[in-house]
Amino acid sequence: MDSLTLIAVASIITAGITTAFGTMAPALGEGRAVATALTSLAQQPDASATITRTLFVGLAMIESTAIYCFVVSMILIFANPFWNSAIAQVAGK
Amino acid sequence: MRLSPDEMIFWQYDFVKLNATIVFTWGLMFVLTVGSTLVTHKLSRDLQRSHWQNLLEIVVTSIEKQIEEVGLSQPRKYLAFIGTIFLFIAAAALCTIIPGFQAPTGSLSTTVALALCVLVAVPLFGIGEQGLGGYFKTYVSPTVIMLPFNLISEVSRTLALAVRLFGNMMSGSMIIAILLVITPFIFPIVMTLLGLLTGMVQAYIFSVLAAVYIAAATRTHQPKPETESGLAPDV
Repeated sequence: MDSLTLIAVASIITAGITTAFGTMAPALGEGRAVATALTSLAQQPDASATITRTLFVGLAMIESTAIYCFVVSMILIFANPFWNSAIAQVAGK
Repeated sequence: MRLSPDEMIFWQYDFVKLNATIVFTWGLMFVLTVGSTLVTHKLSRDLQRSHWQNLLEIVVTSIEKQIEEVGLSQPRKYLAFIGTIFLFIAAAALCTIIPGFQAPTGSLSTTVALALCVLVAVPLFGIGEQGLGGYFKTYVSPTVIMLPFNLISEVSRTLALAVRLFGNMMSGSMIIAILLVITPFIFPIVMTLLGLLTGMVQAYIFSVLAAVYIAAATRTHQPKPETESGLAPDV
């Protein structure tokens, strides 16, 4: 396996694993957050504005870790510096 | 596969590039500024007012209420900064309906610039509220050992703001671009709706987080006679 193939295989597999973990763990965290918010909404419906706002802010913070994983996957697939430099080397030869 | 509107260049002279990000940002600035000027150049105080004035009043008062609920006791001082951030990001997200428009917040340049504005604004507001010594004392509180952690948390907060907004907007436009290749009829419309929703939520999140950081920086630690938090419900 030459280096070009190795770079491609490593990038693709890593991008897939990154996206897999990046979607699983934040989903679990967000599920717990929404469940707790629903419980407290049922107990105190007067504070629904505060609870909803805090819920959304918390969900965005949790979502941002998923976004980091997504950005890394996109970089690996579309803007991969190792791939680009290897292609430039092959093209220059 | 275009990753960001930075790569679409309209005009280039030497190293000065006019790319889609800059052009669409100018377009947004023009629409927001000219629209607001047209609506507000003749304000009326009585009950007879134009629909646009009503709309702007609703927007301004709800932003002010949100800033107050976050914990800033005088929302008027921070309304300009936080309101502008919210309106710019929200307008960028809403205008993705217009065909041919690419949100400038889908480019890392714009989001890093907005996050740097927040990074600079937090110490400015903090020093304005607590004075130079009082603000720098918050970096070494509760002990001096916390100084590097506080500095690192400042930088990582800014980075998280930028990457969160960039990732959300970029993923929205990329999903639609990919779906247009696969199923070019109904499904991209559904994904555009989802992109609108996440765009508005991200605009709200960005401005609320900026307000929370400013509130944390301007919170004075002297004992106050009235309750500090405005969040306690009135019983």
